[in-house]
Amino acid sequence: MKIHEYQAKEVLRKYGVPTPQGVPCFSVDEAVKATQSIPGKVWVVKAQIHAGGRGKGGGVKVAKSPDEVKTYAGQILGMQLKTHQTGPEGQKVRRLLIEEGADIKKELYVGMVVDRVTQKVCLMASSEGGMDIEEVAAKTPEKIHKVFVDPETGLKDAEADAVAAKIGIPAASVPQARAVLQALYKAFWDTDASLAEINPLVLTGDGRVVALDAKINFDSNALFRHPDLVALRDLDEEDPAEIEASKYDLSYISLDGNIGCLVNGAGLAMATMDTIKLYGAEPANFLDVGGGATAEKVTEAFKIMLKNPKVKGILVNIFGGIMQCDTIATGVVAAAREVKLSVPLVVRMKGTNDEKGRKILKDSGLPIISADNMADAAQKIVAAVAGK
Amino acid sequence: MSILINKNTRVVTQGITGKTGQFHTRMSRDYANGKACFVAGVNPKKAGEDFEGIPIYASVKEAKQKAGVNTSVIYVPPPFAAAAIWEAVDADLDLVICITEGIPVRDMIEVKDRMRKHNKKAILVGPNCPGVITPDEIKIGIMPGHIHKKGRIGVVSRSGTLTYEAVGQLMELGIGQSTCVGTGGDPVNGVKHIDVLRMFNDDPETDAVIMVGEIGGSDEETAALWVKDNMKKPVVGFIAGVTAPAGKRMGHAGAIISGGKGTAQEKLEVMQACGIKITRNPAEMGKTLKAILK
Repeated sequence: MKIHEYQAKEVLRKYGVPTPQGVPCFSVDEAVKATQSIPGKVWVVKAQIHAGGRGKGGGVKVAKSPDEVKTYAGQILGMQLKTHQTGPEGQKVRRLLIEEGADIKKELYVGMVVDRVTQKVCLMASSEGGMDIEEVAAKTPEKIHKVFVDPETGLKDAEADAVAAKIGIPAASVPQARAVLQALYKAFWDTDASLAEINPLVLTGDGRVVALDAKINFDSNALFRHPDLVALRDLDEEDPAEIEASKYDLSYISLDGNIGCLVNGAGLAMATMDTIKLYGAEPANFLDVGGGATAEKVTEAFKIMLKNPKVKGILVNIFGGIMQCDTIATGVVAAAREVKLSVPLVVRMKGTNDEKGRKILKDSGLPIISADNMADAAQKIVAAVAGK
Repeated sequence: MSILINKNTRVVTQGITGKTGQFHTRMSRDYANGKACFVAGVNPKKAGEDFEGIPIYASVKEAKQKAGVNTSVIYVPPPFAAAAIWEAVDADLDLVICITEGIPVRDMIEVKDRMRKHNKKAILVGPNCPGVITPDEIKIGIMPGHIHKKGRIGVVSRSGTLTYEAVGQLMELGIGQSTCVGTGGDPVNGVKHIDVLRMFNDDPETDAVIMVGEIGGSDEETAALWVKDNMKKPVVGFIAGVTAPAGKRMGHAGAIISGGKGTAQEKLEVMQACGIKITRNPAEMGKTLKAILK
């Protein structure tokens, strides 16, 4: 689960990470009013959307007067902000963060993720902050310093100090940097984060270490123990189709192609998408109906797929194990009737009761195209959508 | 032989009093030698009772002492599953297979750290995996037993239904399997492709292996480099997720491309360079394997 920058900063502040003073705002009036409570004569107006790359997209502006705050807030609120993470349609800005301007002497990077190889939390830090850290990692990997943290001890003083020195924190500010790094680790661990980033972490003219930006993602498997974090979820930032799917325990992700896929199992679902591409078309979605699909779930899955106007055909690929093919077939027939399906439908079933399942599809009288295997299924749906 | 499990394996089910645990324990017991293999369940509150004749003990340790189990299968709900793994590891079983999906990653970091620091002998498979089957001998997990038959091909995969797909393709060509292992879709887990390939390499009853991977992490690359220098048997490989966009989690918590790393393309190239016979068509895993047997 993702949260906004201002929410991530609130979380980090609780653990003792210094951040600029700021106020989240939902209107231009609120933004102007916020300048009264924030010290200084320079303010930063920051678009709050879940995607990164906001500055480059025009979502971050420095204002030198309350009037400028008003102008920028008016420009940014409601805009479709396009960044490399939002896709070409962009994301509508509904919230702003108004912050005091900072006296930046040096921009650094710190981040944390779970490392799959060592199976520990990995602290990554670099002197090259504020930039695209993926580019730094690709071009100058020696500028990224890593510490794999022992889960029993947490981030040790010596480890934090050594990293701080390596990224160019002057000796006088190292104790502060140590506190920030340890607070970041503690926040990461306590909140079951899957990713935490401060980019940039800045060194100010007077030697303070401050988090100018913040990003935290949480492990969705652990949300059951963090109701306070669940309350931070912003449904406006999520795909409505994905939210709808999650209500029925369906795992759904919208993609750019025109062939809807309904599959059981994440691995098989990805493989089915790959097969569609192999035969020259693109999948419109990833959809895993899971192990315990019922007729109702299959019907909902069809409705969700068909809400996407790009969908010109549907491929169902089921490997029946515990889940029986005849159950799925009944669900597919019911769904096709209920939604008055008007696009071609190819069904491939294999495994438990597949013969029975195919008979149900055939006897339904619906124009369902049956396929023997994955390749056959993909070829048939690609041809049907192309009108061949 | 086979790897990890055979007809002499003795299994305790942790989570035998839950609906899922009961259903799959019944299916596993009814498969091949299951009746002799599934000899215990665990639930501290229901110790002394039984599930359809399978005695329930208070702890894994007690099940080990009284029923002689050496392997555990876990269906315990996610908030308690890591503790269940540790209980089985701490009882010094040989093998722990965790089926549970949705365990917090932090819990897995902690339990894996303890396993390493205490130098425990148990091998962990999973979590979030279909389990392990040695066809016509024993099945431990949620895979459909009837789609398999005994043979000499090893199958290792992160995912459930994609493993069944590979097995289904082998069966259409009349090719049986020695053992099939699902390593699971979570970022922090037990055995990885490399560990299972090592076991297949040492197993005199396995002639070749199908290795099915997916996007995310670097397990497949690590395994491929090991294969290049050590594997004496042919390996066929496929990676799911060529079409998956970066930054989107495809169902499995581990199946995500982040920072441009872990793409299917990258994995396939490394695997090919290491002498693994790859296919980009998931419908041709069986065919590709058959071609190298000739």
